[in-house]
This record gives sequence, structure tokens and C-alpha cells, in this order.
Amino acid sequence: MSFDSGVDAFLVTSLTYTWPGNEEPTLVIDELRLERGQSLLLRGPSGSGKSTFLSAIAGVINVPRGSVAVAGTDLATLRGGARDRFRADHIGLIFQVFNLVPWLSAVDNVLLSCRFSEQRRKRLAGRPEQVARRLLDELGLHDSALLAAPAMSLSVGQQQRVAAARALLGAPELILADEPTSALDDETKASFVDLLRGECAAAGAGLLFVSHDRGLESHFDRVVEFGELNRGAQRC
Amino acid sequence: MLKFGLTSLWNRRFVAALTILATALSVALVLGVERLRSEAKTGFANSASGIDLIVAARGNPVQILLSTVFGVGTTGAGLSWDTFEMVKELPQVAWAVPISMGDNHRGFPVIGTNSEYFEHFRHSGGRSLEFALGGVFADDSQAVIGSELKERFGYGHGTEIVVAHGAGSVSFDVHDEAPFRVAGVLAPTGTAVDRMVFVSLKGFDELHTQREPVEEDPLAGTTDGAGPFPVAAGRARDRVHARANNDTTVDNYAEDHASRPDAAHRKNEHAEHGHEPEIINAIYVGLRNRTAVLSIQWRLSKYQNESLTAVLPNLALLELWSITGTAETALGLMAAAVVLASLVGMVVMLSAALEARRREFGILRSVGASPARIFGLIVLEASLLTAAGLILGYFLLTGVVLLADPILADKFGLRLGSGLPSAKEGVLMLVILLCGVLASLMPAVRVYRMTVADGLTLRI
Repeated sequence: MSFDSGVDAFLVTSLTYTWPGNEEPTLVIDELRLERGQSLLLRGPSGSGKSTFLSAIAGVINVPRGSVAVAGTDLATLRGGARDRFRADHIGLIFQVFNLVPWLSAVDNVLLSCRFSEQRRKRLAGRPEQVARRLLDELGLHDSALLAAPAMSLSVGQQQRVAAARALLGAPELILADEPTSALDDETKASFVDLLRGECAAAGAGLLFVSHDRGLESHFDRVVEFGELNRGAQRC
Repeated sequence: MLKFGLTSLWNRRFVAALTILATALSVALVLGVERLRSEAKTGFANSASGIDLIVAARGNPVQILLSTVFGVGTTGAGLSWDTFEMVKELPQVAWAVPISMGDNHRGFPVIGTNSEYFEHFRHSGGRSLEFALGGVFADDSQAVIGSELKERFGYGHGTEIVVAHGAGSVSFDVHDEAPFRVAGVLAPTGTAVDRMVFVSLKGFDELHTQREPVEEDPLAGTTDGAGPFPVAAGRARDRVHARANNDTTVDNYAEDHASRPDAAHRKNEHAEHGHEPEIINAIYVGLRNRTAVLSIQWRLSKYQNESLTAVLPNLALLELWSITGTAETALGLMAAAVVLASLVGMVVMLSAALEARRREFGILRSVGASPARIFGLIVLEASLLTAAGLILGYFLLTGVVLLADPILADKFGLRLGSGLPSAKEGVLMLVILLCGVLASLMPAVRVYRMTVADGLTLRI
């Protein structure tokens, strides 16, 4: 098979993954594709293998050749350090909570993603700090005093928006969001998802949004139930 | 990465500051010990400069050096005046100064000598003695005192001082019937001279001759000729020698003293032809040509009439260092242990923070920092902490030295000096820095394993 580098944010085909020491495979997935600029909500209860699936796409676990490609590159062809660099260049990550280095300011937290990636720095339109501030501004963080303060003084909702800005800085092809809204209340949730989606679409990044929340379906281009996608062993 | 490391440390500035302070204190201690050690050595070496040989009755060179130059204890036995004259007449000898000792004033050694002492003694790299007040003793009832006596007891010109027998500060026999008047006060030298009281040989002897016992053999009291090499080492001198042994030994004195009524006649005899004591303890010798020192030393060791030891002060000092070396090593080891403790403290600080920083490392990983970079971050932090500790420690030491220097110079004659670190101190500091970096490898390896195991999951 071949991977199309131009259109796909990621492409998973015939992926089987078994954790070392387990007998049954955790992941058995025929195919999942996300195009750049598109958003995909992957929904499923915890323990269904979602985290393993995200790890596979982020290149944290070793997957067989030809099963996972991100931005046209087969992750199995990359080793250790090269995979770390590839991730820094092409994937923006947003976690559930604690996305920020607490003692760095919001702006410095956003700039972290450029620190280890030459490619992301090159893709910036302007000085890194300006771009970071513009992104934060677009995500609704305008107060410059707030942006200069240590991240730990921000509210959880603000922190998640800073995390989103960091994931987006330098226009990676793929944004992986692992339950980023689970710590937010319903209203903040909706507005966060909309902002994130809008920024991803504008940057031409594919957004893979993993959540067990109901009620977010309408905000995404596609919704996939993980339980239907994955035929691997499930823990619960 | 440097900026990130610095801000990360700044975020933990309280603990980091404590770590730096601990390192700084240990660095200051190590450097201070090292400096004290080297300065003490130069200080000691300064005390004996200008003297080529110290001649005394056969004994341990270190003991001879300690008793004569540093005023600690006494030489075992005495020398006859004949020996002094013999040494003085040797063609290679430029000058010879007799030294008598064994008494003290309030714990400070009293030295019997002549005015040449003040001409020839050198200290601190060749400086001669200077008088802060008055001058050399003009007669046998006058004394010259070191600067410390003036400072401690407020002695000045004309003060009467009383001498006690024995070299220790606790004396059981006070010669209060023969007080000395202070004729001169020496300027501070930073050597043992500051702690000494100088009187003329005659004055020194009078302390004793006033209570000299009657000899069984009346001839024993007279001096046997003044020739440099008296061929007939008569029975009389042997007896004199034997008495000298007693005289300079504190233990024996009280006992001897009881059995010795006054023998004043001797004093009168000597007064007639310049004072020639039977017994002196040592001779400071200066040579015309220092290359002759070994041949003179050998020649004196073969001297027939008396068993002599001629001490090269510098060699004896080396021997002294080999003795004090153990204490120095112990001191050095202690200082090293303190450094070790402070480095362990740093490792503890870095390790304790690892769990709390797991999130920080996870975030760094997620934005593309490899485990190796995070490993490097920990090592960098340790290097920064150690370097800061070194710099602070050095300034701390400099500050302490600036404060303590006048006091140390005064009390012990040690001048530590400040300014740039010496080569040895530089090496020492480099070694400490290296140890700091090595010590950080332990938490760094842990963090490496942790970040690899954690992957991109963020643990709380």
C-alpha cells in the first residue's frame, strides 16, 4: 500500500497491536483516515483502547510497518529519536489536564512547541512570540497581563486554550486531543471545541478529538464510535 | 535549554538557594583548609629563614627546631660554651648566636641570647627584626619582649617582669628575686618571636646561678679554657654537661633545686671577662657560603668533645610536615566529607523534585524533547547549582578572609590573602564541579528511565 502525503493527516490501515505480555491484541482496526482540515470525534468509554490507539498514532508504541502513517510518513520506519523529532514537527498534542509547565507564562508555554522543532519554527509566519500571541488572541486570551503570568494562575479553561495554541503553533498536520474537555463545564466545553475546530480548519490541520462526552457530536465533521471501529480485546 | 533550566531552577529558588548555600559553605571550607594549610607552611618556613644551621646537643631535629625557633619545649641537653666558641671560629661560619632557654614568663618562653640575635634573625622572607619601642637590652637586668606580650599584658618600656622556671605556663618556681625591666618591644613578625622574652645570657644564667648548688668538686664551676677545640675534655666539663641535663629538665629541677644552695662565686668570676655561661641550649649559625652547609653539618656530627646535632631548618620542617601530615590529611578528609555531604544534598534535592516535575518532563516530551534532552536538563541544572555554589563559596571565603586576616596575622602570623584562586585551588574547584556533574548522573538516569517509561502519558 502507499500513503498519500498531500491530503491525509493520518491514515490507519490493518492495524493490529498487542501489548507485550498480553495474549489478545488490544487494537484490531481495519481502516481509519483523517484528512487535513477535517475534524473527527472518536468516542468511547475508558478502557476501550483509545489511549493505546492515540499512542500508536503519536508514535509512542511500536506498530507494524505499513499500518500507521502520519502526514504521509510510515511511523514504523522511524526509530527512537527520529520519531521524537517527527512528532515535534508534525503532531500537536493536547492532554486532558496539566498541559502547561506551571511556572512558565502562557506565551512561553506556547513557544515550547517551537523550541524542539526546526520545521515548526520555519512554518511560522512572523516572529514566534507574535504568532503565539495572535493564536492566543484568536482563542480568546487577550489580557496581556494574564499571558505574562505563570500558567498556574490560569483557570482550567484558559489553560486548555493555551494548550491548544501550543499544539497549533507552527502548523502541524495533525492535532491529537485526548479528552481535553473532561475537566471543563458544559458551556466552556462547547466554546473550546468550536475554537479548536475553527483554528485547525484554518491551519489545515486534521483534528482527532478523543472523548467519552455525549453532546459534542454536532461540532465535528465526523463521529466514530471506537467500540465499533476496534475489534480488539476490551478490558471492560 | 539553558534558559529553560534557569527558569526551572528559579521556580524552585528556595530549595535551589539552600543547595547552592550548602555547596558554597563546603567549597569555602575546602578552600579555606587548603589555604590555611599552605599559609601555615609558608608561615613556618618564614620563621626559620636566615638561619642556615641550628646546633644543639644530639637529639631529634624536629624537637630542636620546635624548641629553638618555635619556643615549644626545650632541647634535651645543653651545649658547653666551648662548643659555641668552636662553632663560631669555624672558617665557614659567618655568625653564631647562642640560645639558652627553659624558663618562661607567664607561659611565654624566655630566651637567653646576645644582641647579635636581633641582627641575624630573619622572618617572612628575609625581613630582619625591628623594634617598635626601645632597643636591645643594654645590661643583664633588661629584657626585650615580643609584640604579643605587649598586646596581651600591656607591657611597655620599663615594665618589670618576673621569670619562672620551666617551659610550661604552669610553673612551680618563680624567680621573683630577679626581675627584668623591659628595654625594647619588637614589632610584630607573625612568628614565634612575637611570643618570646629575650634577656642576655648572663641575665638568663643569673636566674639560676643565684641558686646554684655547691659542687662536690670546686673545679667543676670554673670554665676550662676558651679554645675552639679544647683537646682535653676534662672531667669538669663532663660534670657541667651533666648538670646542664638536669637544669633544663623541668621534672628534675624541683628535686635538684632543693639540694642546691646558692653558689654566687661563679657569677662574679664570669662578670670579669664578658659572660661565658657553661651551658647554652642551641646555636643559630649563619654561613658565609650556604653550599658548605652539608659539610659543616657532617663535621659537627663528628665533633669529638660533645655529641652534636646540626639541624638544617628546612629539612627539619619537612620532617615536621611528615608528622603533621596525618592531621592535615584528616582535616582535608573532613573538608572532602563536607563537600560530599553537600553534593549528596544536591542529589537529594534534584531527586526529590523529580516526582513533582514528572508533568513538566511529560510536557517537554510531548513537544518533542527526547529523553536525552531531559537527561541533559538535569545535568545542566546540577552544573549550574554547583558552579553557583563554587562562585558563592569563593566569595564567601574571600569575605571571611578579609575579615579574619588582621586577626590571623596578629595571633598566628598567617596571612591568607585574597584575590584570584591559586592554581591548586582552581584544580580543586574544577574537581568539585566535576563531582557535582557526576553526582547529577544518578537523578538524570532516573529521569531518563522515567520519561522513557512514561511516554506521553501525563502522570499526576
